[in-house]
Amino acid sequence: MEFQIIWFILWGVLWAVYFMLDGFDFGIGILHNFIGKTDGEKRQIINTVGPVWDGNEVWLITAGGATFAAFPTTYALMFSYLYTPLLIILFALIFRGVAFEFRGKVEGQGWKNGWDIAIFLGSFIPALLFGVAFGNIFQGLPMDDKGYHGSLFTLLNPYGILTGLLFVLLFLMHGSLWLSIRTKGEVRVRATALSGKFWTLTLVIAVVFLIYTYFATKLYDNYFNMPALFVLPLTAVISLVAIKPLTAKENFTGAFYASCVLIFSVVFTGVAGLFPNLIPSSISPEYSLTIFNTSSSVYTLKIMTVVALIFVPIVIAYQIWIYRVFREPISVDDVVTDKQAY
Amino acid sequence: MDVLMLSRIQFAITAAFHFIFVPLTLGLSLLIAYMETKYVKTGDETYLKMTKFWGKLFLINFALGVVTGITLEFQFGMNWAEYSKYVGDIFGSPLAIEATVAFFLESSFLGLWIFGWNKVSKKTHAFAIWMVAIATNLSALWILIANGWMQQPVGYVINNNRAEMVDFMALLTNSYGWTKFFHTVFSGYVVAGFFVMGVSAYHLLRKNEVDFFKKSLKIGATFALVSTLLVAGSGSISAEEVAAVQPTKFAAMEGVWDTQRNAPYYLILLPDPEKERNAIEALGIPNMLSLLAFHKADAEIKGLKDFPKDLRPPVMPTFISFKLMAGMGFLFILIAILGVFVAFKEPTKYPLFLYLLLFSIPLPYIAGQLGWIVAEVGRQPWIVYGLLKTADAVSKGITVGQVWFSLIGFTLFYGFLGVVDVYLLAKYSKKGPDSDTSTLLNLTRTKEA
Repeated sequence: MEFQIIWFILWGVLWAVYFMLDGFDFGIGILHNFIGKTDGEKRQIINTVGPVWDGNEVWLITAGGATFAAFPTTYALMFSYLYTPLLIILFALIFRGVAFEFRGKVEGQGWKNGWDIAIFLGSFIPALLFGVAFGNIFQGLPMDDKGYHGSLFTLLNPYGILTGLLFVLLFLMHGSLWLSIRTKGEVRVRATALSGKFWTLTLVIAVVFLIYTYFATKLYDNYFNMPALFVLPLTAVISLVAIKPLTAKENFTGAFYASCVLIFSVVFTGVAGLFPNLIPSSISPEYSLTIFNTSSSVYTLKIMTVVALIFVPIVIAYQIWIYRVFREPISVDDVVTDKQAY
Repeated sequence: MDVLMLSRIQFAITAAFHFIFVPLTLGLSLLIAYMETKYVKTGDETYLKMTKFWGKLFLINFALGVVTGITLEFQFGMNWAEYSKYVGDIFGSPLAIEATVAFFLESSFLGLWIFGWNKVSKKTHAFAIWMVAIATNLSALWILIANGWMQQPVGYVINNNRAEMVDFMALLTNSYGWTKFFHTVFSGYVVAGFFVMGVSAYHLLRKNEVDFFKKSLKIGATFALVSTLLVAGSGSISAEEVAAVQPTKFAAMEGVWDTQRNAPYYLILLPDPEKERNAIEALGIPNMLSLLAFHKADAEIKGLKDFPKDLRPPVMPTFISFKLMAGMGFLFILIAILGVFVAFKEPTKYPLFLYLLLFSIPLPYIAGQLGWIVAEVGRQPWIVYGLLKTADAVSKGITVGQVWFSLIGFTLFYGFLGVVDVYLLAKYSKKGPDSDTSTLLNLTRTKEA
């Protein structure tokens, strides 16, 4: 296989894993003010992701780094064309990370309320804007040889907003399922109840999204050329549907895994439709940024393949191990008595 | 101002702000790893208390270091798209490797360390902080290999209108990158050593937790002394590297206008860039500059006048930053020697010196920032020395308005975060160690039993 194709798949995997993992961080970050009624409950919710959110966020940094190393021209143009939305995402992510760390460092209602807002915005804004950005990438950006002919507001078109909404809902469901397996007590009850509501909403929006995608993008072209690819959206649909009976049987672990598969396969449904583009041009295909016209040299791709083959499995192994160390659900009391907790 | 100037200012501000937090992380992670190892080996609970106290300060500092690092990765694409296109083939790899090899390790094990006190065995817990310390230093290695390549590009050919990597080993073993790595991490260790000494001095002045802070002072002072010597040694090797590779930067650092052999080293020197000469030159040590740079008395030092004006770096910022940094380096050695002497005697008997230690906390930070000014301003007008000019590296598609917006945003946002962080660091530094570690100790014991 050509190295460009290997890196295209890896590029997709990095983004998909990023959304699968940081997705529940975003979900709980949006929800913690609403599910948590007391400070103890809010802390309980935040502390479920305490040990892992930072490691999850590194998947984003690695996705960015891999884009830079493997497809430098796409990296350069994507980041400069989407300057303002990326800046807003960046500020939001900084705000969230700092808020997790600083929230519990001073006793005071005003202090905590302030950082709670930061956690909410720092989770909601990236969830929405990543969706908007990917929606627009799926449609193609208005770019030609002279550059980019859009602004922040051209990104806020119906399909972009729909994709943003889909991302937010996926993460809300993902986050509430996460809380169902990682918390005890009241919070768990509320989270579980909410996950059902988010499931219904997600189902509706996902169906609209899959249909609208046919009209708004060219993603399905690849699918009709290579029908085997339909396994991806099919996996997405099956895992989404499966969440309902799994939660009904109180198998929340199963439901959470199904939600992981769902997010992964939704991202890959889009990515597979893009091939061989990384960012299509909505003006004319000749201006599209493809994996062939924006990639690094084969030598560089080979080196990076070796690095990825050695280190990514190691990363996955220790991250899984750390997830297992913290597999016990936590209660409000656990958090309140632990001085090291957030 | 144009997009170029604004983008340069923005990169300078965001990189400098990031580097307020990085050096302490580099050194303090190692010290905490040492403290916790001591605790695991001896069972002495003072070391546990130390691990927790310094660990808390470490985390407050770390939080901003990690989030402000993302900005830099994004900015290469956002503001420096032409640069990224031109050198991404070779420059992107070390960044991607840094994330894969170092960032994952650092953040994953830090999560385990913060939250894992009652979840894993003592040994595993100490192992986690060692992983963090190693990963932090590894991350410095990869980013400095990347920066080293901007200083001395190696292992590439120009192909398809860009720099393409042809020799990964050349990139990996680039002497400039390694020299910078050692000089930078050692300077971080100095920051950490002085930080630990300064905070300990504060409490010793108040006779607060005397035993605890005497021990801390000993550790901090020993570490500081070793590090100040290492940073001076690696600094001198760095300067040789600059002389060999970047003659314009070296000439600006040392105020050399005319190419000469047997160049003397002036103890008192002040360049006059307008007149292209030095306004003051006094107390010259014959041949010394040639000796320092090339180990040969008659070695030739290139003067700035040998280069067209538009290929010379801004002389005064480079010169002043370099001289101040180097001077501070010697001062640090002195303070650290005294620090060790006092720490192993009876520190509370030397209150004046303790005050000196307290007020010395910011100095290594300043020296580190000055070092980066020498490295980056001194490389101008090049972004990649001899290969690509900064003016040709900026993004074409972004507008002045966008960059003003982001620059103002970063300044306000970072300003706010900086104030909060310093406030928290001061608050928890002053508070001293938690006297009540008993509950945690019990929990740890229950877990082990």
